[in-house]
Amino acid sequence: MSFFSPPGLLLCLPAFSASVSLCPSYSLRQMRRFRRHGHESQRDRLKQELFHFNKTVEHGFPHQPSALGYSPSLQLLAIGNRSGAIKLYGAPGVEFMGLHDENAAVTQVHFLPHQVELVTLLDDNSLHMWTLRAHKGLSELLEIGRFMLTGPPGAPPSVTRVTAVLAHSSGELLLLGTEGGHVFVVEVPGFRELEERNISLDQVSNSVPDDYIGRRNLEHVEALQENPVNPNQVVIGYGRGLMIIWDLEKQRAIQHIPATQQLESVWWTEDGSYILSSHSDGSYCRWMVGAEDVNEEEEKSDIPYGHFPCKAISKIVQLPTEKGPPFLLFSGGMPRASYGDRHCITVIQNKTQVALDLTSRIIDFFVIRDGPKHTDPSALVVLVEEELVVIDLQTEGWPVIQTPYLVPLHSSAITCSHHISTIPIKLWERVIAAGELQNTHYSKKPWPITGGQNLAPDPPQRDLLLTGHEDGTVCFWDASGVCLYPMYKLSTAAVFHTDADPNDNMNQGTEGEWPPFRKVGCFDPYSDDPRLGIQKIHLCKYSGYLTVAGTAGQILVLELNDEAAEQTVEAKVVDLLQGQEGFRWKGHTRLDVREEPVLFPPGFQPFALVQCQPPAVVTALTLHSEWKLVAFGTSHGFGLYDYQQKNNVLIKCTLNPSDQLAMEGPLSRVKSIKKSLRQSFRRMRRSRYSVPYTQIQDANARLEAELAEMELAPVQRKIEARSSDDSFTGLVRTLYFADTFLSDSSHNTPSLWAGTNGGCVFAFMLRLPPVEHRADEPVTAQPAKEIQLMHRAPVVGIVVLDGHGAPLPEPLEVAHDLARSPDLQGSHHLLVISEEQFKVFTLPKVSAKMKLKLTAVDGSRVRRVGVAWFGSSRSEDYGESGLVVLTNQGDLHVVSLPGVKMQVQYPCIRREDVSGIASCVFTKHGQGFYLISPSEFERFSLSTRHVVEPRCLVEVPLHSDNSTKHRPLHDGFSSAHGCVPSVCLSQLLQEIQKSLEGDQT
Amino acid sequence: MVLPALLQPNSRLGSRMSKQQHYRTPLRLPDNVVEVKSKFEAEYRRFALKRNSPGDFQEFYRLLQTIHHIPGVDVLLGYADVHGDLLPINNDDNFLKAVSLASPLLRIIISKKEDEPGVFATNSLQRRKKGLGLTGLRTTVSGSAHSKNKPGLMIGLPQNFRQISSIIDVDILPETHRRVRLHKHGTNKPLGFYIRDGVSVRVTPQGVEKVPGVFISRLVRGGLAESTGLLGVNDEILEVNGIDVTGKSLDQVTDMMVANSHNLIVTVKPANQRNNVVHRGSKTSVGNCGSVGSVGSTGSTLSHDSPSPASQSNPITASNSIAEGDSDNEDDDRDLILENDCLTPFDSHHITNSNNTNLYDRDSPTSILHSTTVRTPLPQSISLPNSVGASLSDNSTTMSTLNGNTASSSHENMREDGNIITL
Repeated sequence: MSFFSPPGLLLCLPAFSASVSLCPSYSLRQMRRFRRHGHESQRDRLKQELFHFNKTVEHGFPHQPSALGYSPSLQLLAIGNRSGAIKLYGAPGVEFMGLHDENAAVTQVHFLPHQVELVTLLDDNSLHMWTLRAHKGLSELLEIGRFMLTGPPGAPPSVTRVTAVLAHSSGELLLLGTEGGHVFVVEVPGFRELEERNISLDQVSNSVPDDYIGRRNLEHVEALQENPVNPNQVVIGYGRGLMIIWDLEKQRAIQHIPATQQLESVWWTEDGSYILSSHSDGSYCRWMVGAEDVNEEEEKSDIPYGHFPCKAISKIVQLPTEKGPPFLLFSGGMPRASYGDRHCITVIQNKTQVALDLTSRIIDFFVIRDGPKHTDPSALVVLVEEELVVIDLQTEGWPVIQTPYLVPLHSSAITCSHHISTIPIKLWERVIAAGELQNTHYSKKPWPITGGQNLAPDPPQRDLLLTGHEDGTVCFWDASGVCLYPMYKLSTAAVFHTDADPNDNMNQGTEGEWPPFRKVGCFDPYSDDPRLGIQKIHLCKYSGYLTVAGTAGQILVLELNDEAAEQTVEAKVVDLLQGQEGFRWKGHTRLDVREEPVLFPPGFQPFALVQCQPPAVVTALTLHSEWKLVAFGTSHGFGLYDYQQKNNVLIKCTLNPSDQLAMEGPLSRVKSIKKSLRQSFRRMRRSRYSVPYTQIQDANARLEAELAEMELAPVQRKIEARSSDDSFTGLVRTLYFADTFLSDSSHNTPSLWAGTNGGCVFAFMLRLPPVEHRADEPVTAQPAKEIQLMHRAPVVGIVVLDGHGAPLPEPLEVAHDLARSPDLQGSHHLLVISEEQFKVFTLPKVSAKMKLKLTAVDGSRVRRVGVAWFGSSRSEDYGESGLVVLTNQGDLHVVSLPGVKMQVQYPCIRREDVSGIASCVFTKHGQGFYLISPSEFERFSLSTRHVVEPRCLVEVPLHSDNSTKHRPLHDGFSSAHGCVPSVCLSQLLQEIQKSLEGDQT
Repeated sequence: MVLPALLQPNSRLGSRMSKQQHYRTPLRLPDNVVEVKSKFEAEYRRFALKRNSPGDFQEFYRLLQTIHHIPGVDVLLGYADVHGDLLPINNDDNFLKAVSLASPLLRIIISKKEDEPGVFATNSLQRRKKGLGLTGLRTTVSGSAHSKNKPGLMIGLPQNFRQISSIIDVDILPETHRRVRLHKHGTNKPLGFYIRDGVSVRVTPQGVEKVPGVFISRLVRGGLAESTGLLGVNDEILEVNGIDVTGKSLDQVTDMMVANSHNLIVTVKPANQRNNVVHRGSKTSVGNCGSVGSVGSTGSTLSHDSPSPASQSNPITASNSIAEGDSDNEDDDRDLILENDCLTPFDSHHITNSNNTNLYDRDSPTSILHSTTVRTPLPQSISLPNSVGASLSDNSTTMSTLNGNTASSSHENMREDGNIITL
């Protein structure tokens, strides 16, 4: 049974609460609303024990990141994004999330050295102080203060517009450079302005040498850096190029560095003897510190990718190594004309130079240092717009370290998802093994960011989340815990000829190429052929059979093989029109299948292929591994395929003869815009070296025009009863296999059920040959029943309930002793879920028994539905099955089974967030996922028993003297998956208590 | 105002009965003639027609003019049916019906056209004596305002029409509101209206406040909504089947209406407040030709002549319409179910009116097997005067199921013997 379906892409971060534990009070209020007197109160209590709504954790990569921060002492990474969210990550499983009340982009994040506080700067010029406070043994991220610089009355806002922030190593001062050129000194964490210590522009410019060409206007403060060996000295870099070393104690300038190019960044070397400056013309300079003053003390100036005009070097870092030459790292500086569109970070050590070619715009980067004195650069962490890339700097060839979190889910756009709970260990290990073979190019080094401790218990079961992507890949994610970890990636494109150019791989670094590019990162949103897109997935966890279906009516059946195999995949074309006359398919053509054998790597390998004709997008798919059958449906009909005998058992056309629209092919306007945009992007990519700016403009203009057109359409809705003549009534929405009583109440038989958009349910009785003749005797299907729902709403789910009112188990579940065998004595019931109603029918004689109306009562419609089991939080052995429903209003409902009574309701997704609602998948244990942005899944739980949420602790670092960097006592990574014993926990609590007290005094 | 309706020469029940009579009469009357007694003003004429070939309406009309010596005088023809109702004769069909129903005498009443136009609606004397109020006059009177301008309109009796809409709960709603029920079932007309977002002005203790509201934006020509005359562009929608739409989005309201389309009850605040129900006003004669809209007259007639028992017993706003809606919910349960014995393998048939034994499923499991189970009468047909029409049509569908016809075929039957008349 698969209730999961179509694409969900795009946009929208819903609001998340500022603390990590979210809104527990809400559900109580909801409960109270449902409370009534008398015997119902007992049911209410039970509901409280069964259901509890919580948004628990966000998986994936933050949408539109805008700032990066790192605390070497806490070993925590902080990412701020354009919608004002701030997220902290440490060891896998250690995650914190906060949201600024202002809906403004986070432009800078700075940890206070050796403390658990961090400061964020938003683009509304407000500063915010956050802290990690321990509460009941778990840390929480809390905002503890906010601050806005106020200038003298009448001063222009630029005077106080913060452009540079320096968190002083004393942990008590914050230096704020502004657009007006002033530097304000603020005491933290209280945000008290120390006016007497401010460094005003006048003080500085008076002392600037007369011959400095830019002295009239030094411009804004671009950079602030502290001398690593003398905390009293800071360098202030002004936009015009001038740098001044300022003594905080004596309140005067010590040295002037008269650079003349527009300044981009400043770096003070570890030993305090040099200052590096990078400039907008792609050059960087090295300046000697301490030399008397002024003049061209510039020791070395270089334009690394010179000769032709270069782009700015936006950040430069130089780090020494224990033994051997230092590392020089800088971002940008590419020759403007030829590689101006590349996003590069150059790493130079000794004779080795590599220009890391990243997939999207660089937000920021930092280097993690390791070794006995914590000086050796060990890893480079780069935040780009669409992913986080970590490079191992200690291994030859500087390989990439695979990230355990922050993985871009959207390396190609997500088109569908499918969740499978409780994976048997055998399948789990085989998938992991297949995945490991794909990851040989990653560094063997452990994840270098190890701050905090993950105190969450081990996940009780192994869960898989499968995401289908636009480029025809299926990603397997370990969704058991807080970290959504990539396990294995399957590509279906190899089965087909695509219009992808095999020589299109433009990152093949050729010998002697300059700059020495190396492509890093996996974000690749360009699909070679949109027809490859995966629309439906169904995996049988017991047999390891997988079926995936795509945009061009292709259905692949795959099986897990631990060895590589070369094989031909034979295509079976299925004509779903069944002689319906007068139609002409106007959509895309079928995919072209490779006829020669293809070498498939270990993992899931396709062995059967069905291609629907017309090649419309597959809208429903299900697999029965025990019967070895796959059922699939499109907007034209559905079919049943026997993958053991590799032939077709049944074809049923559901098309309404008057439905011309179903033949139009890919339907909506929105899709066509997307397509045209995609095409123009692809054109752009092909001619990436001569950037056709006009094409971008064209695409933008076209998009705008289309949007304007859409907005102008009057907001008016037609009120009309649905009729059989409506469009897409034949579209198959759901398919379901059941072993139930179809013809008489004494013999159960295999059956296939299909539900259409027009409110029609078809049931077919299947006759399977005995096991010993399964390979040679044909499987047959007999039509048994048709139900036309009077309200004609689309059928989105079909479930058969056994004599106890419990949903039938999945195929092979009983054989694997993982489910109680269904009750075949009592009478079965058929539950038909339409977008508007839940309706229970008796079987075998179909007659309506009860129903629950949704739309007629509150105007919401069912968008997603799943069957889930809810365990009671109070007693271990009590639990019940229920329907989990997400409506088009974004509300979650639980509906009881078999009584179809509304149990609880929680608002979950904004109703405007259509793609979020469309992307939702439910687990079998009352959890769910939906996309809050193209790259992030929000995880939620409706169950009191199954909750996966981060539980972690960050210790306050012991404040030793400034010169030696502190290492946390525990290595978070090794204990990441371990459960901390309670004795240890109480010790920890004491420690926290102490450190908190120490903090207050 | 145009009010097309499916003319049904009698209630479904009645026509069946009379058909049976019709089949029996030839046996009793071997002479095969129909006795005719016609009356014009004070004069009577008696003559006979051949039952098998009475000729057409025009012939008959001319015949009467000749017999009564009134050539050139425009007249209206009516006849008294078996129940004593005065029914019009103005075309071939109802003429033939009248002849076939004559038992044994066909009584024709001729009146001058310029006399009281609404003659058939209100002058059906016998009927009125019996307490016609119960059946309600809604559909008919709505045409009367117009009939003044267009003399010569034929108006049939209420029970001759299939009810397509009604105003309900007049007694419990504020005067400024109107609750309209659209009977979608049985007609193949589209509901035919559009709704939009808008701004509504509410009077609150804090003063006048602007709140978002949902309004009717367009009526489709010839659609059910337009033909009722009870809904107009810019009417604000307040409730759908008893559920307040405040705070609901346009799409939600749309979905609610579509989900209830089989029996849609909308409560509106009409943009045009002049035609409102005059609530506890005097029992005026607006019914026929008052300048106040016919709609208003209907309401007042209703609320005075036959106070709804339901609303009397339950004066709180637990409105009748919701109760009705609930009971009517049984109707939408009639999912079409085809069992295996009538399904042929691999035949890509669609569910149309094939000759398969299509069964309606009711909530009672027995009715699945044999649709001969008698439906319990709908409660509102007894308790609520304003829903008699609905129950009438309900009965008719029940009858047709009894016959073993499909819904559509029974529908077609009705269309065959009915006419679409324009008022």
